[in-house]
Amino acid sequence: MSEVRTRLAAASGQRLFWPLVVLVVLIAANTAYRPSFVSIEVKDGHLYGSLVDIVRLSAPLILVALGMTLVIATGGIDLSVGSVCAIAGSMACLHISQATDQNSLSTLFTALGLALGLALVAGAWNGLLVSVIGIQPIIATLILMVAGRGLAQLITEGQIITINSDPYRTIGAGYWLTLPVAILIAIAVTLLIAVLTRRTALGLIIEAVGGNAEASRLAGIRSRRITFLVYVIAGLCAAVAGFMITADVSSAAGSTAGLWIELDAILAVVIGGTSLAGGRFSLSGTLVGALIIQTLTTTVYAMNISPQTSLLFKAVVVIVVCLIQAPAFRARFARRRPPATPTVAAAPQKEQVPA
Amino acid sequence: MTTTDLGNLARIGRWRLPRRHVPVLATFALLLVMYGIGVSQYRAFSNIQVVFNVFIDNGFLLVVAVGMTFVILTGGIDLSVGSVVAMTAMVSASLLQNGLPPALVLLIALLIGPTLGFVMGCVIHYFDIQPFIVTLAGMFFARGMCNWISNSSIPITDPFWTSAAQERIGDPRGNFVSISVLIAFAVVAVGAYVLAYTRLGRNVYAIGGNPQSALLMGLPVARTKIMVYTISGLCSAIGGILLSFYTLSGAPLIAVGMELDAIAAVVIGGTLLTGGSGYVLGTVLGVLVLGVIQTLITFDGTLNSWWTKIVIGGLLFAFILLQRLIGIRKK
Repeated sequence: MSEVRTRLAAASGQRLFWPLVVLVVLIAANTAYRPSFVSIEVKDGHLYGSLVDIVRLSAPLILVALGMTLVIATGGIDLSVGSVCAIAGSMACLHISQATDQNSLSTLFTALGLALGLALVAGAWNGLLVSVIGIQPIIATLILMVAGRGLAQLITEGQIITINSDPYRTIGAGYWLTLPVAILIAIAVTLLIAVLTRRTALGLIIEAVGGNAEASRLAGIRSRRITFLVYVIAGLCAAVAGFMITADVSSAAGSTAGLWIELDAILAVVIGGTSLAGGRFSLSGTLVGALIIQTLTTTVYAMNISPQTSLLFKAVVVIVVCLIQAPAFRARFARRRPPATPTVAAAPQKEQVPA
Repeated sequence: MTTTDLGNLARIGRWRLPRRHVPVLATFALLLVMYGIGVSQYRAFSNIQVVFNVFIDNGFLLVVAVGMTFVILTGGIDLSVGSVVAMTAMVSASLLQNGLPPALVLLIALLIGPTLGFVMGCVIHYFDIQPFIVTLAGMFFARGMCNWISNSSIPITDPFWTSAAQERIGDPRGNFVSISVLIAFAVVAVGAYVLAYTRLGRNVYAIGGNPQSALLMGLPVARTKIMVYTISGLCSAIGGILLSFYTLSGAPLIAVGMELDAIAAVVIGGTLLTGGSGYVLGTVLGVLVLGVIQTLITFDGTLNSWWTKIVIGGLLFAFILLQRLIGIRKK
């Protein structure tokens, strides 16, 4: 019995433990409410089911959240990703809508290239403000968050651009080898970032910069270059998410595409156990966080509650997860127990980041 | 030349612009330039009613921005204000629809915002979670409440509300302001007084300047931090009432993004986002700048509303850069 308890205590000390518990509870609650929730079937060579839908719909959020994880790991934050989604999606749709043959692959790739180029500029702008000029990240990216939405509307001239391009639609709503393409793209990007950060020293360097930018600079890391890089990556991830969002509905609206996705992405990262203070990050945690948010949204839909009311549930989940992870909260309720993991107990109190 | 003259000369020679006033003065200069452009381009712009309209159309933003100034001065941020404004308007509209007396509705509406702010302040302080995340949850919560109350707009037909909305307070020449503007001015006056002349105000500046030393000096850090979020909640609630006067309805999607406008106004007004430096007067100027941009774009007629966002973004950039340059010289 005591062995089970120690194992449980060890497991609950793991960073992924509580997020996974929340996810499992959500899925279990859904299954109890509607047993068909977990069933997955193959129809017309496509995989169907609520769980598949959840993963497919969470693909854009996963992408944005992955970029956000790296930014937050350096101690920064990127509020502009939603606007970058809109800019990239609008640009791609604008180019495709002007083409004579909307279905041609060359049109598609030029459109994607143009949009990615814009996102690159946007990311570089954020990176420049933060790393070279040294403006607080939350403020630096606030500029593009406000202005970028305007730029996206400028691109679409305030209209909703509707397109009729099958290859572009595939990005958001297509299937390949029975799996939704959006999921495949999300998996590919996740693997790419995971390999980049965990098979090379990049992840370690990012964490070093997040831990203490000045110290890492003195240790020989080009911390400014790393900071710059993560904002560029975040911009590119946001652009791909923007493609998915606009491709899913075959139209781009500058004012609403990717609206508030930056907040969901930050939530996903925080729920996944990455500290907003920087210095450590968990890609798998972010994945679980994004899935939790999407599952929550789907749950609320399934229970016939209005979509906007899902915000209420989101608020509750955010506070619960943050409280569970907050050292101050844990200390208050676990005073009698010896500290479960030395890392939690010994983590130096960082000076609060003025967010 | 007498010694007094020399003394005066020396004093003049030593007189320099206090650095902390530079951003506010820059905002003021910008405001004058923008107004000047407006007057030179459009004949009707010089009409005094144009200025009054800026206040009438932005009274609620002004009130919300005053509350945001308190929070930002402590180095925090409050993302919930837009949703709290919407929730207050929504609650008022729905209670009035159910036939509650206006006085009671006002009381309830004015209590909800500060309560939420108080709770958020407690969570921020006692559990040491970033204000960004806590107020984000508050934002989701309040917006969710709006939709829970109703998915569609609720009109307000209560006689007290309609008379408050339509009352015109004016001069003999026909220019007028609404009651909301007077309430907004009152809030500004109280906010400026509290920050400049009370112990709470000094604690706010001290905590924003350096929370560690504020704590070591024995200042009531906990009480002050919780207080600023409560004040911000109260200001949002007042802003919500003013907005319900303005629109005579409560709608679940009203005031989306107002937190950004409020933050932008505070920053353009010269308050440091790291806390510790700034004035309510600057925030008033910041709101005016945003209002005049809108008016200019409306007068032009060929520019579309998205230019507002782009211009605000550009201004944010300019002022942040300015603050940064001043900050560098201080080192």
